[in-house]
Amino acid sequence: MAVDVALQFELEDLYSRYASLLDDGPLRDWPDLFAQECLYLLIPRDNYDRGLPLAIIRCESRGMLVDRVRAAQETIMHEPRYLRHHVTNVRVTAVHGGRIDAIAHFSVMEVLPDELPRVLCVGRYIDVLQRREDGALEFVEKRCVYDSVLVPNTIVYPI
Amino acid sequence: MSNAPSLVWPEGGNTRIPYQIYSDPAIFRMEMDRIFSGAGWAYVGLEIEIPNPGDFKVTRVGDRSVVITRDEHGEIRGFVNRCAHRGVKLCRHEFGNTRFFVCPYHQWSYDATGALRGVPFIKGVNQLGGMPEDFERTDYALPRLITCMRNGVIFGSFAASMPPLETYLGEVNTRYFDRVFDGRGLKLLGYSRQLIPGNWKLMFENIKDPYHASLLHVFLVTFGLFRADQKSQVRMDPTGRHALLISQRGEAKASAATRDISNLREDFVLQDKRLLDPVKEFPDDATVVMQTIWPNLIVQQQSNTLALRQIQPRGPGSFELHWTFFGYVDDDETMTRRRLRQANLMSAAGLVSGDDSEVIKLTQEGVMRHPDDAGVLLMGGRDSNDTQHMVTETALRAFYSHYRAVMGF
Repeated sequence: MAVDVALQFELEDLYSRYASLLDDGPLRDWPDLFAQECLYLLIPRDNYDRGLPLAIIRCESRGMLVDRVRAAQETIMHEPRYLRHHVTNVRVTAVHGGRIDAIAHFSVMEVLPDELPRVLCVGRYIDVLQRREDGALEFVEKRCVYDSVLVPNTIVYPI
Repeated sequence: MSNAPSLVWPEGGNTRIPYQIYSDPAIFRMEMDRIFSGAGWAYVGLEIEIPNPGDFKVTRVGDRSVVITRDEHGEIRGFVNRCAHRGVKLCRHEFGNTRFFVCPYHQWSYDATGALRGVPFIKGVNQLGGMPEDFERTDYALPRLITCMRNGVIFGSFAASMPPLETYLGEVNTRYFDRVFDGRGLKLLGYSRQLIPGNWKLMFENIKDPYHASLLHVFLVTFGLFRADQKSQVRMDPTGRHALLISQRGEAKASAATRDISNLREDFVLQDKRLLDPVKEFPDDATVVMQTIWPNLIVQQQSNTLALRQIQPRGPGSFELHWTFFGYVDDDETMTRRRLRQANLMSAAGLVSGDDSEVIKLTQEGVMRHPDDAGVLLMGGRDSNDTQHMVTETALRAFYSHYRAVMGF
């Protein structure tokens, strides 16, 4: 498949904004990158590979993403932390009927008070995107399949 | 033989917990021997994980890796995952199907019962080398676990013999175990794994402690899933080692029971209410039953999420919490989806259980620096009797009563 240079840059820019919103905020704007009807899964790789449906975060609409973000900020008791998402190897795998399939790799570093940085989560995004009326790309489906199945304590914020 | 721990339990009996037990390596080693290799039925898996002859799974009892197999006759077996020759971890895959477990180092091979079946060059090569004349393969079978199964749930033990599971659990705990595992076929939904930087006992304490549940878990309280004023019970077996927290959902509104929660979010309204659409599915009215089974299992029924949480200690300062989520084969698509959605509350990224893993870490950071101090368990009195309310630490006192008897403290 020939590389669509414009689309490639557009996707890279979207993933960069995605990472910025999660890491530097405002977190409440992060769900806006998704379609109203969407699916977001944070799923351990062993479940994914074996066809087991359990995800440790499952949001089935933008509303559920909003609820998750609010709960992470307001109800989950947790130590303060900084996250840093690194998204690489962005690649379009198919374009069909206005929908774009894309994959990307991610590694998320976590910094806790009084501790050295560590890898919180590493894996790949398996995504489906579409265009809004204004032409902007949005996520319809995002499966965050993480290889680091043994989670270092707690994942509070989205990956 | 490791050094015997030296510990003087503080005055106050089971109302005082010496912090030394959360960080002392000698106490940890003794726990692995007496608690996890002693007279207990440890959870090791579900029957549906190894349905066919030759199937196996690798798990842990205490901090020791074990292999659970189904042999050629369909019997469930268990043995230590460590070659009898040089101590190499034998099986490197979490699940699979095989006739023989072959050590990668010198290819000693074992069958599904843990019997040593093959030793390369046992008679030597060209009359050179080989094992001594008196070498008998039967002397080198892997240490075995005895196993039992109840309604699809497999337990193992390193003890030479154990009473049946229903005797071990006691009448009340068996009844509640059978409430979830009622003989219906189970459907595996998946796993969540997390490494929590705290002592393994803190996880049991957490689930046996209803006092915290209505205070720490703002999400649960905000949405009325667990409140201190709900109709509830704490029940133990006669030894105190197993416990049940049983509760019935109430209203999501402010009350005397929420007055002490400074950060209650009364204005938090879900954008998508499908996250919480629990339906009644058990004959009684309980909406939450959390069962703790000595020495390594939590059976969770919170609304419609069903999970087994297996505690796998990894040294005094950390443990893996290994979650297995399941439903029933007769669940329809809607019910399966509901269970999967509600799992948002309980996992390594749980909206509710996240509070617990975070607070366990903070507890460990506090107690490990002060081994000569002790924690206080006075809520609800000094006894360890069953209660008809949640404002109590009775199940923790009961747990430590049994713990002290087993450990000789």
